[in-house]
Amino acid sequence: MKAFFKRFARNKGAVVGLIILAIILAAAILAPVLYPTSPWRMVTRPFLPPMSPGGFWLGTDALGRDVASGIMHGARVSLIIGLVSTLTALAIGIPIGALAGYFGGLIDDALMRFTEFFQTIPAFALAIVIVAILQPSLYSIVLAIAIVSWPPVARLVRGEVLSLRTREYVQASIVIGQSTSRIILTQVLPNTIAPITVMASIMVASAILLESALSFLGLGDPNMMTWGYMIGAGRTRLIEAWWISFFPGVAIFLTVLALNLVGEGLNDALNPRLSREGG
Amino acid sequence: MIQKKTGRALATTALALLLSAGVVAMQPQDAKAEPQRGGTVQLAVTPEPPSLMLGLFQNGPTQMIAGDIYESLLRYDTDLTPQPSLAESWEISDDQLVYTFKLREGVLWHDGEPFTADDVIFSLDVFLREVHPRWRPTVNAQVASIEKTGDYEVTITLNEPFEPIMLSFEVGTTPMIPRHIYEGTDYRANPMNATPIGTGPMKFVEWDSGSYVHLERNEDYYLEGRPYIDEVYYRFIPDAASRAVAFETGTIDVLTGGSVEIFDVPRLEQQDNVCVTTAGWEMFSPHAWVALNVREGALAEKSFRQAMMHAIDRDFARDVVWSGFGTVANSPISSRTLFHSTDLPEYAFDPDRARELIAESSYDGETIDFLVLPYGETWTRWAEATRQNLEDVGINMNLVTTDVAGWSERVGSFNFQMTHNFLYQYGDPALGVSRSYVSSNIVQGNPFSNVMGYANEEVDRLFAEAANAASEDRPALYQRVQEILVDELPVLWMIEMDFPTVYRCDLQDFITTAIGVNDTFRDAWLQQ
Repeated sequence: MKAFFKRFARNKGAVVGLIILAIILAAAILAPVLYPTSPWRMVTRPFLPPMSPGGFWLGTDALGRDVASGIMHGARVSLIIGLVSTLTALAIGIPIGALAGYFGGLIDDALMRFTEFFQTIPAFALAIVIVAILQPSLYSIVLAIAIVSWPPVARLVRGEVLSLRTREYVQASIVIGQSTSRIILTQVLPNTIAPITVMASIMVASAILLESALSFLGLGDPNMMTWGYMIGAGRTRLIEAWWISFFPGVAIFLTVLALNLVGEGLNDALNPRLSREGG
Repeated sequence: MIQKKTGRALATTALALLLSAGVVAMQPQDAKAEPQRGGTVQLAVTPEPPSLMLGLFQNGPTQMIAGDIYESLLRYDTDLTPQPSLAESWEISDDQLVYTFKLREGVLWHDGEPFTADDVIFSLDVFLREVHPRWRPTVNAQVASIEKTGDYEVTITLNEPFEPIMLSFEVGTTPMIPRHIYEGTDYRANPMNATPIGTGPMKFVEWDSGSYVHLERNEDYYLEGRPYIDEVYYRFIPDAASRAVAFETGTIDVLTGGSVEIFDVPRLEQQDNVCVTTAGWEMFSPHAWVALNVREGALAEKSFRQAMMHAIDRDFARDVVWSGFGTVANSPISSRTLFHSTDLPEYAFDPDRARELIAESSYDGETIDFLVLPYGETWTRWAEATRQNLEDVGINMNLVTTDVAGWSERVGSFNFQMTHNFLYQYGDPALGVSRSYVSSNIVQGNPFSNVMGYANEEVDRLFAEAANAASEDRPALYQRVQEILVDELPVLWMIEMDFPTVYRCDLQDFITTAIGVNDTFRDAWLQQ
């Protein structure tokens, strides 16, 4: 474990990413404490520029809602959607990949054609269609993001399992008569955790981007303050009131950057032989 | 004995004053300036209409473009006083039952055929009676006969006095249809629908689908020297921001009402040679409200609805959401039309009073869905502000978004709890107001019917009586009906809306009638 952190810390970018992520997490947790009222509340005059007296550090939007409050509360929604949709995508992708890789043959063919079917549809277009059909809400957005992001997981897990199942310890488990499900769950999958973890951190980032894009287009949950919604709502006033869109944009940029940096650090730490420093 | 009647001058003077107060910035016009010939005008209209055949289609964009191709018997001043158009003069009998219209002679259709009383009979009694959703109920219920009493004279006889009929002869309600083209054909399949023929000041030239409609000056127009403008292009630009940019860069000369986002108006107005007017919507007087499904739950309770009215900050909506455009509405009848009562209780913005009323009601914290009207950003912001107002007094709200088709479907099938809506008033409560509140109009499939499910026998009776009452009896009946509705609140009236038109100040005499830019090019001219 110590070696893991040592290798992780060797990647300076990853440490910076982790710090940024910690700050965003703190914002998400502290939002109800620092801004106890709803971020939708019209608290003062509209279009106040940043650093306005009265504590409106990031200004107010077209209805006089506090942009800073929106960003803090939006952090919660973005992180929750990023995490939950990634977990959902993993829950779909890992079993499909594991079964395809372990059994091979017809099962592999069938599952991989099914996966390719999803991969051939442009992800964002599919997400829009799903949300539009199901009505925009937290659940439909999580579902849509999960449905468009599981295929790469399935392909990754399949590749890993394909190579792992020929290893001697797996062969040995078969010989001593362990059940197939037990072999997959206890011998094969634990060894795929490293690449999945790396991939998941990147997936959280792309899920946040996807949710922001949906909200920007007006397909977000209309009852939840999100960064994408704030950018979309402020877009048409960009000339007079740049801050309404700018600060949530910065928040998305930092979060996605941080997650990518952390993902790279995890990759270095978990796959010492592959890391750029060569171990 | 027959008296000549041209308008309710006195009654409308006060109205005219109110209207001029609603005009935000009318460029002072040089009254002595002599109109000049020539020029091309480019207008932005949104969305692209399905057709320009005004008899069959009455969408806003269709009316804006085809309102200069077709004409009706009358035009209306911005105070709704009838003016001659294809009818030169008219007489109304003392018993208010017989209306005689003298038609202008020497009028030609765009294809050269003469316009006569036969065309009027065909239009009013045959074509529009069959296809027009607003003329059909009027003609079927109120009109006994429409007769040709001369080559250039038409007489309409009513069953009972029905004063609002005089507001029905604008080009959107009763456009004159060429008999020689449509008689005996399948109207909707007539190939001439693609190249509309009217008598108006502008002739159809070309429709480049997805791009523009091109009209040109009608050289044979019956008014000497008119129209003044040579060519008109109505351009279709799908995105509101692009339309504003097209105006700023000079590609577009006019942003018609509804094609410009309201919050862009103050910015555009500050530029050189840009005029903004809210005139030209008097016939429609769009009235915005929150429709409530009063069939069940807390919304069925009067005190809960009154609480909501106290909770919603309508001044904020007008000043912030609508950038200061519009007037706070206090009654089902717009203050911009006749019969509006000023003697009604007002619901002030008072969250404390709202909380008291909610405490007295049976509301126990259930979540109420608010269906967002999908007509663009401003309506979304308004829904968000409304939700916050209601949550502030302890009502749990949930916004639901959908597209235009989904909204129409849900509201038309009564599958909603609350939603924004706005309806045109058409100048008279019998034409544009009663339809929203009478129980006979609780019909599925039309989001502009009585979708609330509101039924009150007294209201039904008063509206029916007022429609056919003598002129002098009508105000009292409408006063009574407004009192009942303001107390019971089947909808929460929000704002009498303004749809500002943004245009270059070189355009003179641009909006002169009560139907806005729909019939503008008879009089408009370009300062060169």
